[in-house]
Amino acid sequence: MSRLAWYRIAVVGGAIALLEVLCLTGAIDKITMQAPHLIVRDLYRMLASGRMNAAILKTLGNTALALVLALAVGIATGALLHRFRALRDTLDPLFATYYAVPVFAFYPFFIVVFGLGDMPQILIAFMLGVVAVIVNTLNGLDRVPAVLLKTARIMRLSPIDTALRMTLPAAGPHLLTGAKLAVAYAFIGVIGSEFIMSRGGIGYEISFAYANFDNATMYPLILLILLASVLINGLLSRWERRLLRRRGMR
Amino acid sequence: MAPSQVVLRNVSKVFIAGQPPAPLHAAGPIDLEIRQGEFFAVVGPSGCGKSTLLELIAGLTPPTEGTIEFEGKPIIGEAPDGIGVVFQDDASLPWLDVNGNVAFGLRRSDLSKEAKDKRVRDVLKLVGLSDFATSFPAQLSGGMRQRVCIARTLVMQPRLILLDEPFGALDQQTRLLMGDELLRMWRETAATVFLITHALDEAAMLADRIGVMSARPGRIIDTVETRWPRDRDSRIIEDAGFGAVTARLWKTLREESMKTIGRATAGEATAVDVPLPPV
Repeated sequence: MSRLAWYRIAVVGGAIALLEVLCLTGAIDKITMQAPHLIVRDLYRMLASGRMNAAILKTLGNTALALVLALAVGIATGALLHRFRALRDTLDPLFATYYAVPVFAFYPFFIVVFGLGDMPQILIAFMLGVVAVIVNTLNGLDRVPAVLLKTARIMRLSPIDTALRMTLPAAGPHLLTGAKLAVAYAFIGVIGSEFIMSRGGIGYEISFAYANFDNATMYPLILLILLASVLINGLLSRWERRLLRRRGMR
Repeated sequence: MAPSQVVLRNVSKVFIAGQPPAPLHAAGPIDLEIRQGEFFAVVGPSGCGKSTLLELIAGLTPPTEGTIEFEGKPIIGEAPDGIGVVFQDDASLPWLDVNGNVAFGLRRSDLSKEAKDKRVRDVLKLVGLSDFATSFPAQLSGGMRQRVCIARTLVMQPRLILLDEPFGALDQQTRLLMGDELLRMWRETAATVFLITHALDEAAMLADRIGVMSARPGRIIDTVETRWPRDRDSRIIEDAGFGAVTARLWKTLREESMKTIGRATAGEATAVDVPLPPV
């Protein structure tokens, strides 16, 4: 591991150690926050007891579903817009300003239309992620060198072969950037809307524990979300780095 | 004389769509016959439609007028089987290693796995990349990457190889050496080679015949036979006849190049006749 990586670990570790000291000395009182080691212990107990399994499954399931939808619709839309220049030029300004719209503002409307099931949360998470996927797909397709597509024609590859064997791998690193954003947005969308109003899930449980001063539930759940998103993002980044290093891009 | 492999009759290309000044008359009318197994080079001023000529023969773009035949069959807007192309731009696939890049050329082949592997190995040996089979293009130099593309073309065993300034991005010494290798591969594969280049010495050194193109719209305004022996190499540049070939090419091209930079000189550009000394 590089020296910088060790420094990074030292910064995070130092912050946790500081928090631990502040909690143990009573500088942060118990009602505000548990000491980090107790949070880890409580998380272990919570997972072992299985009482949060339904909530965890619901959140992870909805996040995964929103992610898959955002990727499928985003990549397909990106590929379509890449074909039709006029349509793309029409929509481009909308994509550029899309993230100025607070998507959560639509949540009450979605609940009115779809009821208080999983649908509104999935929809919010999907809406947050899909445009990032579209934009990065377009960016990736723009960077596929024309010479590779000519090569595909000379080799008489079928359109499907060309898409899967030339375009997709050539645009791969950019698609991965879109996927990484979509993962983050899917988590934010699902857990955020669970906070606002829902009938279960990690966000709902955190909000419920918060309302009941239940620190032994709230903090372990926050830690769980942190671990899950860091883990998934770390894995994707690793994959991305491998792809880029192979291409001499990093 | 060997039979004709490629025949262009009255071929013109006009680009209608695109940026002004459209429509753009890029090339033609061109009448050209390329013989089976010969090494044919095309030189011309920049922007004269050399690459358009190559794309026409490759079937990448249809002619606006005229007909193009490859082995007696007309080419209609689709790349025919048996033609390989090496482009000027790096067309190696960065996500595959050298082995994978070359094997990619056999994607549509019906050969067994073992036969494919052997063909890839043989071709890598021919282009001198055997030791780099598991390297990725990013780890290779520009010249080596271009050799990967040549290998991927050769592995398909094309009967006609089109090269669009394949060494344009390389330095002079590497180009001479690549030229030697190209000659060696040409002899070993018995394929016809059609080379587009802006380097007169490259054309003079490599080709059996050299077509000289006019300024846009590009036409073939002169054809020079070099009469080099088949087992030549880059040392041919020391030959007394070499200077005569490049001199004749330049005499024709100078007028045309002047036109492209807007300083047309007096006199007929086509009336060039420099006698070639026997080789």
